[in-house]
Amino acid sequence: MAKEIETVCVTTGPAEVGDYVALNIGPIHPAMHGTLRVITRTDGETIISAEPEIGYLHRGVEKLGENLTYRQFLPLTDRLNYCSAICNNVAYELAVEKALGIEVPEKAQLLRIIMMELARIADHQVLVGILGVDLGALTPFFYLIIQREEIYEIFEWHHGARLTNSMGTIGGVEAELPDRFHEKWPKMRDSIRKANDETDRLLTHNRIWMDRTIGVNAFCADDALNWGFTGPMLRACGVKRDLRKDEPYLMYDKFDFEVPTGKHGDVFDRYMIRMLEMEESIKIIDQAYAMYQDMPDDAPLMKKVPKIIKPPEGQIYHAIESPNGELGFFIKSDGTDKPYRIKIRPPCYMVYQAFGELVQGEMISDLIACLSSINVIAGELDR
Amino acid sequence: MADWQIDLIKVVFIWVWALLIAVVMTWVERRASAMMQDRLGPNRAGPFGLFQPLADGIKLFTKEDIIPEKARKILFVLGPPLFALPAFSAYAVVPFGDKIVLGGKEIILQVSDVNIGFLYVLALGAIGVYGMVIGGWASNSKYSILGGLRATAQLISYEVPMGLALLTIVLLYGTFSLREMVLLQQGTFLGFLPNWGIFKQPLGFIIFLVAAYAEANRVPFDLPECESELVTGYHTEYGSMRLGLYLFGEYVNLGTLAAITVSLFFGGWALPYVDMSKFLGPVAYGIASFTVFFLKQAFFLFLFVWVRWTVPRFRYDQLMGLGWKALIPLGLVNLFVTALLVQLTI
Repeated sequence: MAKEIETVCVTTGPAEVGDYVALNIGPIHPAMHGTLRVITRTDGETIISAEPEIGYLHRGVEKLGENLTYRQFLPLTDRLNYCSAICNNVAYELAVEKALGIEVPEKAQLLRIIMMELARIADHQVLVGILGVDLGALTPFFYLIIQREEIYEIFEWHHGARLTNSMGTIGGVEAELPDRFHEKWPKMRDSIRKANDETDRLLTHNRIWMDRTIGVNAFCADDALNWGFTGPMLRACGVKRDLRKDEPYLMYDKFDFEVPTGKHGDVFDRYMIRMLEMEESIKIIDQAYAMYQDMPDDAPLMKKVPKIIKPPEGQIYHAIESPNGELGFFIKSDGTDKPYRIKIRPPCYMVYQAFGELVQGEMISDLIACLSSINVIAGELDR
Repeated sequence: MADWQIDLIKVVFIWVWALLIAVVMTWVERRASAMMQDRLGPNRAGPFGLFQPLADGIKLFTKEDIIPEKARKILFVLGPPLFALPAFSAYAVVPFGDKIVLGGKEIILQVSDVNIGFLYVLALGAIGVYGMVIGGWASNSKYSILGGLRATAQLISYEVPMGLALLTIVLLYGTFSLREMVLLQQGTFLGFLPNWGIFKQPLGFIIFLVAAYAEANRVPFDLPECESELVTGYHTEYGSMRLGLYLFGEYVNLGTLAAITVSLFFGGWALPYVDMSKFLGPVAYGIASFTVFFLKQAFFLFLFVWVRWTVPRFRYDQLMGLGWKALIPLGLVNLFVTALLVQLTI
């Protein structure tokens, strides 16, 4: 399809692209996830070119980091990917801990893993729900979002916040698992599975759903690697890369879980991978929870960290597998209590670069489906 | 009572009835969708939130009426009524009951039993499309135009299979009058099945039902609106009661389509196997036949809601593909086979 359009452009001359109708989608549009804007040129319903414009949610998070101490920057990381704020917190904490050269106690590591995987489930639930809404199936959204609220309940018990969590601190986690978690989790696991199952039965083998998703903006593995795709987007293209397996951090190497991969990199594969990953996350939480219970009650949750954090001079980069893909923090320290430079590598920035190529030659409806399936979070994209 | 007085009463009654169904449907849609989605739905205004449509009506009436500066003013104003009125008018030929005897006078429960009632319904359905197209075009907004274009293409394509499905019914009964069609559906078929259109024309019924969903702009065929892609499609620029007319017209349309489905395929006001006129008085019979008709209609109205909250929506090209590559050939084959059978049996 993309080839055909190229030839059209060659015969009529590249300036002709401007002759097509410009359709401005966003930054305020019911289907846009946050303040995203795409300027499309359309021929009827077919997209000739799509040009994403970013920056509507730019808050200068990285620059702010240069004027805040290491501890003060932590709440700002919540505002990056607000669908799974805990993963951002932990990614930043891990980066600073790496700069300091410390490793947190095992119990804190398990707590972080349990919370991060819960956040991953919540993130994927939002994505699958919203993808359904954008394709016209509103009902599964509610089944999933009710479960997400249950997960948020646990977050609230543990550290008081539901959406912008600011969980843990540099050097560990402040509190143990809440008592209510012990009876809540077995029940919640079943209800999450039930909601996923209901969604699966409503969508996966639905003829209309399959027509709408299979083969829609398929992407090959080579292109995906060249564009810098990570996470579910890359795995949907058939590349088995998961930082939890390939470059283990925390205690991920001790857990038994699968990394689901797709084949064609189309919307259906991206949807399917998220559905399967939720199940894997439940498995990880179960294992981590069992290990957590084996720990003695008085096991430490915090490593001794000086009150004023001053990492030694140098540069470090640490990345984790966030629900969207590789989320990395680059910190350059000049030995003072404030970082010299903080650079965040959000996963969806790399994916969104390829947006024009992903949707070219598809239809307007597919553009919306594509946007939901790549899970662009404006807070993370613009920072 | 003079004949014109009876006619006037019938017109007013069916008009109020159509309005009432549409109003209650907006409530049913919300409550039923909430039920399916683990929610409560509107439950504040009145018992079970029954006054919610009323509150919405008041809200829509009191909102500021905005006509965009660059809109084509006359056409912009013309759009909503052009969409809503044909939907109401189609009720005129629907036989909503058999007959009732009041004051020694036999009254047929139908506003007008015209002998081309059937074509009248199709024609009005086609006029309704103009409401959407004109509204979308006059708004002078790209999303509205896209919605209007989708509406044109969709409704014109689905009019063809619908017409083909209905033609087989005409062949079967040999009449264009809806009342006569219902009368021909009494009794049983092959000894045990009710003599309904659905059993004689199962394929025709399926084609008709799919086309009806497309005509009514309901999920999975709600492309002209499609809130996730085109904001709200052809009525993006509308507000206040003009928007209300569009939303309302849609529900009236649903009522009409459900009524036509019942009349053509489900034996209209008659119960299967039981002849109510034998053991009911003339007045009671009239009321009973009306109730039976309404219950059947209510089932199809609920089916519209049920499907809407269950399936995703088609893409534009898939929708056209389904219409032209599946429904129209099927309709043609069905028409041919029916014509052959009718010819052989006569």
